[in-house]
Amino acid sequence: MDEEHIPAPARRTLGGWLLIGVPYLWLLIFFLAPFLIVFKISLSQVAIAIPPYTPTFDLGEGWQAIWDGVTEFSVENYLWLTEDALYWKSYLSSVIIAGISTLLTLLIGYPIAYGMARSPQSLRPTLLMLVILPFWTSFLIRVYAWIGILKNEGLLNQLLLSLGLISEPLTILNTNIAVYIGIVYSYLPFLVLPLYASLERLDGSLLEAAEDLGCPPWKAFWKITVPLSLPGVIAGCFLVFIPAVGEFVIPDLLGGSDTLMIGKTLWSEFFNNRDWPVSSAVAVILLLILVIPIVLFQNQQQKMSENN
Amino acid sequence: MPWEDPDQAPFIEFRNVTKKFGDFTAVKNLSLKIYKREFFALLGGSGCGKTTLMRMLAGFETPTSGQIFLDGQDLAGIPPFKRPSNMMFQSYALFPHMSVEKNIAFGLKQDKMAAADIEARVAEMLRLTKLEQFAKRKPHQLSGGQRQRVALARSLAKQPKVLLLDEPLGALDRKLREETQFELMAIQEDLKVTFLIVTHDQEEAMTVADRIAVMDKGELVQVATPAEIYESPNSKFVADFIGDVNLIEAKVTEKSDAGTRLTAAHDGFLIDSDQVTEAAVGDTVWFAIRPEKIRVTHGQSGPDAVNRIGGSVWDIAYLGGVSIIHSKTAAENVFRATFANISRIVEDPITWDDQVVFTFDRSAGVILAG
Repeated sequence: MDEEHIPAPARRTLGGWLLIGVPYLWLLIFFLAPFLIVFKISLSQVAIAIPPYTPTFDLGEGWQAIWDGVTEFSVENYLWLTEDALYWKSYLSSVIIAGISTLLTLLIGYPIAYGMARSPQSLRPTLLMLVILPFWTSFLIRVYAWIGILKNEGLLNQLLLSLGLISEPLTILNTNIAVYIGIVYSYLPFLVLPLYASLERLDGSLLEAAEDLGCPPWKAFWKITVPLSLPGVIAGCFLVFIPAVGEFVIPDLLGGSDTLMIGKTLWSEFFNNRDWPVSSAVAVILLLILVIPIVLFQNQQQKMSENN
Repeated sequence: MPWEDPDQAPFIEFRNVTKKFGDFTAVKNLSLKIYKREFFALLGGSGCGKTTLMRMLAGFETPTSGQIFLDGQDLAGIPPFKRPSNMMFQSYALFPHMSVEKNIAFGLKQDKMAAADIEARVAEMLRLTKLEQFAKRKPHQLSGGQRQRVALARSLAKQPKVLLLDEPLGALDRKLREETQFELMAIQEDLKVTFLIVTHDQEEAMTVADRIAVMDKGELVQVATPAEIYESPNSKFVADFIGDVNLIEAKVTEKSDAGTRLTAAHDGFLIDSDQVTEAAVGDTVWFAIRPEKIRVTHGQSGPDAVNRIGGSVWDIAYLGGVSIIHSKTAAENVFRATFANISRIVEDPITWDDQVVFTFDRSAGVILAG
């Protein structure tokens, strides 16, 4: 067996430390610090003040004042989340909507990625470009455009009516179906790109070998192509599922009043009720829920890079 | 030998097969008969059409025109997964997500064979290819030689009527390749399966094959046993492609039923051959003579010498078992001779710049059309 040459760990120079220091510093400033602020607010109480919670910290008042503030922290907001059914229902509904959307995205995205990977080499950059092209327009505008398509007198209904397929306009906008359409449309590229990458790497001679050994092409697809593209499927699904759980814009613009998603709940908690501490607690719990798939995703990515 | 018997039915037959890719003709109106239990080699440089020919037999390419028969059955319209041939791919094409035994069992499972039978067959193949202790490993945990054996085991597991080998040993180092060549021959004799090998390596083809088809530009140049191809090439191309050869441009000066007399075009020496050529007196032909069929001695040679080429030693390559001597004639033509180093100590060794004479017998060379 050919042993990979494993280099001895290099002594880090100043430049080396700077190089790995930059991303950590970035994470510290733009991820950890905001998270700690949100976490702190989630432990505070609502107050009619600016900002609308207490305690607030002012470094100018000395350490004693800060310590007094810390003693006022409580987990009351978290307990509140368990008392009102709205919250766990929102979480559950978000996970279900995100799950179904991910599945739908996979069903649509797999044939697209497969078709791209199987297309002539010269055509592939163009197809890849087409997948990325929607990113050139603002996400918000693209979701707004769907309102124009899906509303009762919108493009879709007009088309179906003129074709005589339906006699009355379909109510799609402001239902969960519109939310699914919105999520699938918006997140499709995130699934297609990693899947395309893993399908494109697939050695064509493996399929020839399977066929040569008596396996018809459709069966070779299940036995060879699908298992070997699984890393791409998993990566793509996580990339859709994780942001979809916390999605706010799509359910707000396309969903109905009964569409329950945690992003919407969080928004109304924050802007309608001006209850910053509870909405912060909602955000922290959302993060905890998403940590599980994120860690799974990380593990899978690591496994993939080890195998290559 | 089956190919010498006109009544023998061929096992594989290509009948006027042509394959075009767009404007490029990969195989030109080619006809070839291969017999049962032969170890047959398709030999040629890259782009000569040998791989296309094999892929048409496996079903991965469809002939533009012509027919291919296997065991009397016309293969037209039969998809690869229904053909009774199996192929060992150049890249091995092992399924990376399956263990060695699952790779070998893959083809058997497609045939809906009983689990116990599959297990027995896989065990037999593992034993044949000496892979027993690697059964549970994945392909990426194996060395190149082991992967090659897995590929062989997998393609043999279904007991195909023909085993197709596409440059099977190309990725192995020299020593392993030589060992594997002999293993392949032993396995072929053992299983009595017809083997068709595609290779660009003439030594490999000569080692393993019963017969070789030399291909060039989509056509067969010569189909014969390794010895015939080496000793009696039918063209300048084959003489040059197979082994080492001195090609001497010459004019036919006399011919009779007993042989031919040639005059070398550049150096003027005479060549006396026992071969009766079809070329007419005055025609330009090529005289091909292998370096090992030439004797080297110290000495001088005149312009009218017969089967003697004089010159001075230009280069010597000592390879251990044999030495190669390059000698330059007065007209600056280089000829090669090899001789076996049968004695450890030579009294008067040939060395650089020595005047030497290359001599050869009447039957040593071959006259080829110009």
